[in-house]
Amino acid sequence: MNKDLILLGHGSGGKLSHQLLDDLIIPTLSGIPLAGQNDAAVVEHGGQRLAFTTDSYVVDPIFFPGGDIGCLAVNGTVNDLAMMGARPLFISAGLIVEEGFSRTELTEILASMRGAADAAGVRIVTGDTKVVPKGKADRIFINTSGIGAVEHDFTINGANARAGDVVIINGTIGDHGIAVMARREGLDLQAAIQSDCAALNSLVAEIIAAGGEAVHVLRDPTRGGVATTLKEIALQSDKTITLREDALPVNGAVKGVCSILGLDPLYVANEGKLLAVVAPEAAEGVLARIKGHPLGKDAAIIGHVAEGGARVQMETAVGGMRAVEMLAGEQLPRIC
Amino acid sequence: MKYQDEFRDRHVVLGLAARIREHVTGRTEPMTFMEVCGTHTMSIYQYGLRTLLPPQVRLISGPGCPVCVTPNEYLDRAVALCRLPGVIVATFGDMVRVPGSTSSLQEERARGADIRIVYSPLDAVAIAARNPERRVVFLGVGFETTAPAIGGSILAAKRQGLANYFVLAAHKTMPKPMGVLSADPDLKIDGYICPAHVSTITGPDIYRFLAEEFHIPCVITGFEPADVMQGVEMLVRQVVAGESRVETQYSRVVRPEGNRKAQEVIREVFTPCDAPWRGIGVIPGSGLRIADAYAAFDAEKAISVAVEETREHAGCLCGEILKGKVTPADCPLFGGACTPESPVGACMVSSEGTCAAAYKYGQ
Repeated sequence: MNKDLILLGHGSGGKLSHQLLDDLIIPTLSGIPLAGQNDAAVVEHGGQRLAFTTDSYVVDPIFFPGGDIGCLAVNGTVNDLAMMGARPLFISAGLIVEEGFSRTELTEILASMRGAADAAGVRIVTGDTKVVPKGKADRIFINTSGIGAVEHDFTINGANARAGDVVIINGTIGDHGIAVMARREGLDLQAAIQSDCAALNSLVAEIIAAGGEAVHVLRDPTRGGVATTLKEIALQSDKTITLREDALPVNGAVKGVCSILGLDPLYVANEGKLLAVVAPEAAEGVLARIKGHPLGKDAAIIGHVAEGGARVQMETAVGGMRAVEMLAGEQLPRIC
Repeated sequence: MKYQDEFRDRHVVLGLAARIREHVTGRTEPMTFMEVCGTHTMSIYQYGLRTLLPPQVRLISGPGCPVCVTPNEYLDRAVALCRLPGVIVATFGDMVRVPGSTSSLQEERARGADIRIVYSPLDAVAIAARNPERRVVFLGVGFETTAPAIGGSILAAKRQGLANYFVLAAHKTMPKPMGVLSADPDLKIDGYICPAHVSTITGPDIYRFLAEEFHIPCVITGFEPADVMQGVEMLVRQVVAGESRVETQYSRVVRPEGNRKAQEVIREVFTPCDAPWRGIGVIPGSGLRIADAYAAFDAEKAISVAVEETREHAGCLCGEILKGKVTPADCPLFGGACTPESPVGACMVSSEGTCAAAYKYGQ
């Protein structure tokens, strides 16, 4: 193996991505410890706690069932802020456009960004545009950064899962990754699968209102899927998370495509889902509030947290037990 | 989902587990069953089926993963081909990460080679049709299940008059290695979980010699967890009764005569040949090469390229693992030097590989 080559798998969001971050990027740039590695940084300035995050979007194709690269770029960054319990406020928009790209499509993407920002209640306040020669980028890439206000005085982050907590998800898993892949591969599906691309900040506000400081972790399972995200939480919190496979909500068409193509929905990306790790006494109340929200009607309790281990395991649908690891290599490249 | 959830029913699976326990109650001697299909390996790990079986029943994995049994030499040729100017290599996804002697297709892709992952060999034919100035090489690996589709792609290319579509063929066929393993004095196999989809093509008769000559029970078994548990239950019953027959658990798909049309395609496009199996060596008559009438589509004959000298990875126990002689945890490289992100052996690469399954799903 040539260790100097950056491989597609380094961008998968799974284990190779973590190795690149842990071995090279984080030690070189900042040295932030594992416990502090969350969807957004929470920084304090002038007595105010702020959440700050950035993300780049390279999805292929740029238009897919249920969304496009524009709304994805806004919602993804809004969600990373919301996962710290922050109220998203301001977004930047950095566009890298390939020479020869269509102005009509650019117009559509910008309108989609604006629509998503308005719907999420954030303002796009700054930006940058670069055009690169044909073939030096693939149509359009977008970077967004975001700032949000943390208005509660307790901690929500990946290192905060506690023994006894329950794990809640707000709906079906794998919709985004499968919708994008089906469009890209030209799979002729009888049942249309839509991306779940959505801003989660209003749902997070409901969760915090219902659970308060009983809400210990919020995280959106994007690249690498629910499996990778839960493993991150287990590692950061040094706890064991046990999932129940029969409790995982999976859309029937997604299940079918995954069966045919040999994919595991646990590892497929989501763009409108969150995992909430909540103290047991607050779980039913939080679940009820999530179910009452438009983005939470299929919400379910999918697992629980126990002491020690830094691992994830799953009771399978047929009653067996197995370990759940992070995504290894690439499953579906360029899905966000 | 129809015809899927029914075979993942917890009560059915736990009921079968209870029956298996009843059959072996009071027995101290263990019984060892081998599965020779990567999809069974995956299903057993994915559903944690070993945790439902009594200690007397042991499941081991044999040479059933097509990527895993493909030797380094083949990978090296694929790497050499993808470095040629104008060549597009099209492949099923798993092959991309398999390490050859010094490189892999994923590394070559990072260096600029044109490697396309396809879900069907017909997609590769379509790529060839769209790129008449390029040469498209499809990596044809797999057992009787993929051979008809790949043979069909050659027939399609011929019909379309394409002169730029080639297959690098390393097809294997199933029953012969099972005979080799059955004759191995170091292995004591008490039953075979026979492949589901290979048997769909071939029919059940190919396993008869195992039951008759080697007195080993065989059950053709489906891939869903209830299928596997029922297949194991049928094997246990044969062992307890001292019988050795070929039975078909997967009767909803497997027909006595197999799939005649698929068999015809294989006969038309391929010729049986001796084939090298990683870890086992050359087994006479256990492979399929492209028939002389279709030599123009045979990448090995039609495209000349210098291939580097093959090197095996020191310490890698893939060969022993593929024979079921050792388990992944016995390999000194497992989980340390060899992980799915940085695989040394093929068993760690393929999603159907025993080591990859053991690493990903643990116990």
